[in-house]
Amino acid sequence: MNSSVIVFPGSNCDRDIAVALEKLHFRNKMVWHKETSLPKSDLIVIPGGFSYGDYLRSGAIAGKSNILNEVIKAANEGCLVLGICNGFQILTETGLLKGVLLRNKNLKFIGKDVHIKVIDTDSKFCNKYKKDQILKLNIAHNEGNYFTSKEHLKELENNNLIPFKYSDADGKINDENNPNGSLNNIAGIFNDKKNILGLMPHPERMVDQIISNGDGVNLFTSLLN
Amino acid sequence: MKFSVKVTLKKDVLDPQGKVVQQTLQNMGMDTLKTLRQGKYFEIEINENDEIKAKNKIADMCKKLLVNLIIEDFEISKI
Repeated sequence: MNSSVIVFPGSNCDRDIAVALEKLHFRNKMVWHKETSLPKSDLIVIPGGFSYGDYLRSGAIAGKSNILNEVIKAANEGCLVLGICNGFQILTETGLLKGVLLRNKNLKFIGKDVHIKVIDTDSKFCNKYKKDQILKLNIAHNEGNYFTSKEHLKELENNNLIPFKYSDADGKINDENNPNGSLNNIAGIFNDKKNILGLMPHPERMVDQIISNGDGVNLFTSLLN
Repeated sequence: MKFSVKVTLKKDVLDPQGKVVQQTLQNMGMDTLKTLRQGKYFEIEINENDEIKAKNKIADMCKKLLVNLIIEDFEISKI
């Protein structure tokens, strides 16, 4: 499978995701944001970081870059797109995913491992996970508080477009184990065709038992299934 | 022509930063302070002599980049 990782000034998880993809046998290329065409890609990843220093709003400037026009075109043609952390923020700023990521409710940058419950596995990204499985993934963000309209939230819930929610170790989902104030404990969402996934947690940091755990592996190997 | 653009969070969107600023001012003894919301301000100069055209162009800038219409409102004024 061919993957492309888009790199902006200020991206800082681009190497991590490239290492994870190559480890899991993707043929990966790095693509600088000024490029006007994409290499042949089955998967496009918009990595985490602080593109353009989070100026204006997180992801706002990156969302208007040259390469994003190509990403939008490819996404609309059905190409798989994964936005992690700042990548999720960029996807909402381009409109590829609805909603917005607001400042964390406690106003603090949160960098820690949290429990994530798998809510829905019926997608190309999640088919190797088990429903209700509890993962431990790292989060590292200042704006991860997902917000959207009531109508869209209903759509997300009713159409199984929320694959991951913040929970506790036993899978309980409530305010207490919501790290950032995100609506309904949302940690990630799909578009309605389920080819675009936005995630606040970092699965690429969880692909090695020696330095963390392997809970992120299935997100990538699902795609190879 | 020069314009100002005031960007504010929509009423039903939580403003945690504004809330902390408000609480701090209240803690400092500003006990008549009722509510405080934080926003953004831009000053934009534009090469256009027609005010309506200029305002339309700035509204376009707001919708395309400066403002996230899901959570923010904007107001353009000539200065």
